[in-house]
Amino acid sequence: MSPNLRIAFRFLTAKKRAMLMSLSCTVLGVGLFIVTQATTSGFEEFFVRTLLGTDGAMRIEDRKQSTLQSMEAAGGTGAHILQREGVKYIEGVEEPQLIKDAVRNFANVRGVSAVLRGNVQVTSPFKTEDAQIFGIKLDEHRLVSELERKITTPGGLGKFLESTSAVLMGRVLADRLQLSVNDSISVSARGETRRYHVAGIYESGSRDIDKTRIYLDLGEARSLLRRPTGATFVQISLHEPNRARQDAAHMEDVLGHSVRPWQEREKEWLSVFRALRVSSAITVTVFTLIASLAMFNTLAMIVLEKTKDIAILRSMGYERRDITQIFLWQAAIVLAIGALLGGLFGATVTWGVSMVPLPINTLFKTQTFIVSWSVWHYVQAIATAVVMVMVASLVPARRAARLEPGDIVRGTAQ
Amino acid sequence: MSTVVPPASAPRVGDLALRCNGLQRYLGHGEGRVHVLKGVSFEARRGQVYAIVGPSGCGKSTLLYLLGLLDQPDGGEIEINGQPMSNSDDFARTAARGAHIGFVFQFHFLMLEFTALENVMMPMRKLGRLTPAEMEARARSLLDSVGLGAKTHRLGTQLSGGEQQRVAVARALANQPSIILADEPTGNLDVKNSALVFDLLTRLAKDNGQAVILVTHNPEIAQRCDVTRPMRDGLFV
Repeated sequence: MSPNLRIAFRFLTAKKRAMLMSLSCTVLGVGLFIVTQATTSGFEEFFVRTLLGTDGAMRIEDRKQSTLQSMEAAGGTGAHILQREGVKYIEGVEEPQLIKDAVRNFANVRGVSAVLRGNVQVTSPFKTEDAQIFGIKLDEHRLVSELERKITTPGGLGKFLESTSAVLMGRVLADRLQLSVNDSISVSARGETRRYHVAGIYESGSRDIDKTRIYLDLGEARSLLRRPTGATFVQISLHEPNRARQDAAHMEDVLGHSVRPWQEREKEWLSVFRALRVSSAITVTVFTLIASLAMFNTLAMIVLEKTKDIAILRSMGYERRDITQIFLWQAAIVLAIGALLGGLFGATVTWGVSMVPLPINTLFKTQTFIVSWSVWHYVQAIATAVVMVMVASLVPARRAARLEPGDIVRGTAQ
Repeated sequence: MSTVVPPASAPRVGDLALRCNGLQRYLGHGEGRVHVLKGVSFEARRGQVYAIVGPSGCGKSTLLYLLGLLDQPDGGEIEINGQPMSNSDDFARTAARGAHIGFVFQFHFLMLEFTALENVMMPMRKLGRLTPAEMEARARSLLDSVGLGAKTHRLGTQLSGGEQQRVAVARALANQPSIILADEPTGNLDVKNSALVFDLLTRLAKDNGQAVILVTHNPEIAQRCDVTRPMRDGLFV
């Protein structure tokens, strides 16, 4: 053990109460930082996971067409100059197969599925509800959503594959219509009514989706909605969803269609989560600020009480930087213990919070408080504590190093 | 910045260990500024014990701190073992203190969280000339020589005033410095302990060929020194 570390340890253990106060503040700072990050990002990550698992990372929607205006050239030659005026959006994807083939060439693309959407009325023996048909090819759609995992009824997607008259229905809509698996329904669109049966009921995690959306085979949906060609949109899943913005911009240039990444599609909710994150960041910064102030206070107190020891160390040949190190070591010891205990405290409280019952059934569906387990929360908490506590410790440490031994011995040290 | 401080050479009685010439020092600021040392010159040789005596406020302790490189003069020169130190930076002065100078203060200034043994090892650990085992052996030997061989593992708080001062003497000798500076080393002790500490200091210093300079108000102690230098109003008289 280096002499400076040995001295630091003894100085610290001699001030047990002050050291325990600093340690408690550091443990609380690190622990609460972790808990706040875990709870804030828990809901955000769950929301993002829910929407990625349902609506994919990107959607290719309307075709973009440049609009031009022409001006007659001067001189009466009859020649016209074409000038780009703006962009016109043509609803839907006219050639979904071409788009799908092109999209599959992008390295980050995991799956592509063309979807035909239309408004319908669904009637059960009990009542009638408005809904939306989503025509899909199940093999393709499995790759762009977590539909398979979200089926809550026995048999999964098996029954849906058996027949083109099978539908998958959201839990909320099924409850409203008092339907179970194998029950029949009538679906009306464009003046025509057809009968289908419920092959499975899913829970996407989003109530808005579960109360309106019915999945149907794409061919049957074309027939019902009288749309023999085209698609409403093409849904895409990505290997790295966070790169959706860059990929969307690239695809938009290449494909001539508007491409909406999930960040843009859900920007209202994401901005709410961002505001929550900033709010929690301010809170956790206050926690760590308190920890650093406690450390500053403890070290400042030790400096005041140890001026004679500083003088004797300096008289024995200890340099100014040794004195600085002795005080920084004290902060480092408290930080090391505080980070370890704070991490354990944070993990325990995070686990406890994750057990708290909190039924939510609106934006997403959960029965308990959602937390996020990420090693980065621990790294960030410890890094923040290290920076703030060490910065706060520098002032008393430098003050201790600046003390002149002669002034201390003479009793005139300031 | 790195400054090479030569190790204390083998003790040779009579060698010049310390010299100062025309030392000036002011203390305080503004109207309270006082001219404490008014051109003091002094020499100390190895194996000799010097007493600086004089009334309170005459500048004895200020001179001692300047000679010990704990303070910087406003004028004049200081040489430690032939090395000019007056204009040296803090790093060089600190290195010189560690290698050449041992201090004994009136209020002993032991580090109370450490044992007697650790206190004596503290300067050796910084200097780093010896291995940990050699440091411990030397510290034990020094504590033995000051009569505290049985109390090496007692904390500073578990020692009496006289014992603490004896530990301070052992600590001052730890790095075999060529100069021992003692500021009222017996000022806080009873007669018996005063005599004990003074005898220790002088015997060990003489044995090792060290120059001992002590500031004292005690005329009996001063009389027993090899050289007595009375001071008044910032000058030797």
